[in-house]
Amino acid sequence: MKTIYEKPQVFTDAITTYCGGCGHGIVGKLIAELIDELKLQENGILVWPIGCSCLSDRYYDMDNFMALHGRAPASATGIKRADPSKFVLCYQGDGDMVSEGMAEIMHAAIRSEKFSVIFINNAIYGMTGGQMAPTTMLGQVASTAPYGRETLNSGYPVQMAELMATMPGVVYSERVTVTSPANVAKCKKALKKAFELQLEGKGLSFVEVLSPCPTGWKMAATKSLDYIDEVLTQVYPLGVKKDASKEEN
Amino acid sequence: MGEKVFMQGNQAMAESAIRAGCKLFFGYPITPSSEVPEYYAKAMKDRPEENIMFVQAETEVAAFNMVAGAVSTGHRAMTATAGPGFDLGQEAMSFMSAADLPAVVVEVQRPGPGDGEILAAQGDYFSAVKGGGHGDYNNLVLAPYSVQEMCELMQESFELAEKYCNPVVLLTDATLAKMRESVVIPDYKELPKPEDITNSLTGKKGREAHKVATCGDGAVQWEEFNLRLQAKYKRIAENEVRYEAKNMDDADIILVAYGSMARVCESAMKMAREEGIKVGMIRPISLWPFPDVAFEGITGKKFLVVELSAGQMVQDVKLAVENKRDVTFFGKLGGTTPSPKVVLEQIKKLV
Amino acid sequence: MNLVKINFDRCKECGYCIKFCPKGCLSKGDKINKRGYFPPVFAAENCIACGSCARMCPDTAISVYKDVE
Repeated sequence: MKTIYEKPQVFTDAITTYCGGCGHGIVGKLIAELIDELKLQENGILVWPIGCSCLSDRYYDMDNFMALHGRAPASATGIKRADPSKFVLCYQGDGDMVSEGMAEIMHAAIRSEKFSVIFINNAIYGMTGGQMAPTTMLGQVASTAPYGRETLNSGYPVQMAELMATMPGVVYSERVTVTSPANVAKCKKALKKAFELQLEGKGLSFVEVLSPCPTGWKMAATKSLDYIDEVLTQVYPLGVKKDASKEEN
Repeated sequence: MGEKVFMQGNQAMAESAIRAGCKLFFGYPITPSSEVPEYYAKAMKDRPEENIMFVQAETEVAAFNMVAGAVSTGHRAMTATAGPGFDLGQEAMSFMSAADLPAVVVEVQRPGPGDGEILAAQGDYFSAVKGGGHGDYNNLVLAPYSVQEMCELMQESFELAEKYCNPVVLLTDATLAKMRESVVIPDYKELPKPEDITNSLTGKKGREAHKVATCGDGAVQWEEFNLRLQAKYKRIAENEVRYEAKNMDDADIILVAYGSMARVCESAMKMAREEGIKVGMIRPISLWPFPDVAFEGITGKKFLVVELSAGQMVQDVKLAVENKRDVTFFGKLGGTTPSPKVVLEQIKKLV
Repeated sequence: MNLVKINFDRCKECGYCIKFCPKGCLSKGDKINKRGYFPPVFAAENCIACGSCARMCPDTAISVYKDVE
């Protein structure tokens, strides 16, 4: 008998608080797989945001730091500066990163902090019940944009992967998604690259994941995957935005 | 003990912190505390063998959260700021209290509210002592009144923070921070290993996973969580009260003051005694826990509380004395400090 | 024979495994779990143990084994 897939070892038996079909679950699982594969459990510290993933300390049997809203990159800075030998992962959603903590992520990038950042973009506030995020698309309905987001009042969606690519301190920036087994594999490859760059002591590595939020989008889970492929990727094109990993630093 | 030098308060404090093993400093420049980050920035380059790390944060919000992350690894770390920066740090103060993080924060008071002034003041007593952030928590707050005491309490702050896994605020003011005095800088201290600090994030190797988390899990769990914190505060209150009392036995009037104001009051007390007025003094050093015990059993005496504020610590004095009608307040706002003569005039009003 | 093992109580019935099974081995179930979801049922017949179902599952509820005796 050959095992094709089993729950990663670092994962606990806790059932996540995510809704059915939530992309956090898929990305969280990929993180766990990579922690196992790269043997990071005993030397890693995971830094989590406020948002749907704020109970993630229950899912990983390793050291966890649950940061304040938006402040994960600052706390991750403190951790990595205090102990550069640790693998430090900073995980944030769009409300956490792009609203509350825009200063913290930008300055972590400016300082070229040597940790990896995973950014979950579902274009909405999931945890608080479907309010508008800075990443909400124009015309997209949210509970605080009941007739759709309009530029006059709320400005424009933010393209983080492209923005990070403009920063000299960022060594790698890619946008991926998890809408099919092939895309999940690509997402894992991007995460692995980001993790390995940190292990090589390179600057900040950034992976944005377009992630389904069926509950926030008020659609069936399987439809939410199509919505990403057909609509979300138009505003947020997939692909590598920057790869300076081969350059001398 | 270390060597005797003539040194500015902020700089002497920074050197003492380094010698206490605090090699990590995260801060945002703000008058009148900026010499602390400047000192660290220079030491980082000039003393490479000491592995000093200075990060100039984008905001105080970030600086406090960096400290939270750094101390979670079991290493000593601190920030220094003034009132407006301390305001921005309040969410992290609440968080670090809930998360049992041994952070040390220096707060150099200047007059508020708003942008205010950059002179001396004691108007941040409430935000430091009463907990300026949300929820039921207490910072351990220490208030030195000389550069020497600032250095000693600076070092002790780290030990107390680790002993109770609780943030410690070293509450000073512009006068103390900016003045130069003759001071014996305390020596280098032995440090605990990061892995010996309670719940430190050192990687899950050969032990259970550690977590820094302040998210509740229902009312029952959250009440228990809070009661555990309260039990810790009770332990601190029982064990860490500090104050100095002078000339108490025959005193008719007792001055109560802390920080730089206490130095002025000491002179006023001497002047009063020279004129035959029996004046004593209580100087709280720990502002939380407040030294209620210093006021216990005192009857038939008048208290004069002097602060560089509109009257903040005086509320705690009133709670501590048996008859609050005996408590008179004299305060100064705006940034100047009353002279001993001015305080003496206030004493004479009570005779 | 290949095996897709579904952890009944971890499943939240998102349907990703059903959608992405290239051989139609997974279909809607009719038994309810303790959280109120109906986990899918597996029919081994055409399974090629590609693992797509497990890789898409957001709840790590699926294990896949090849050549089970």
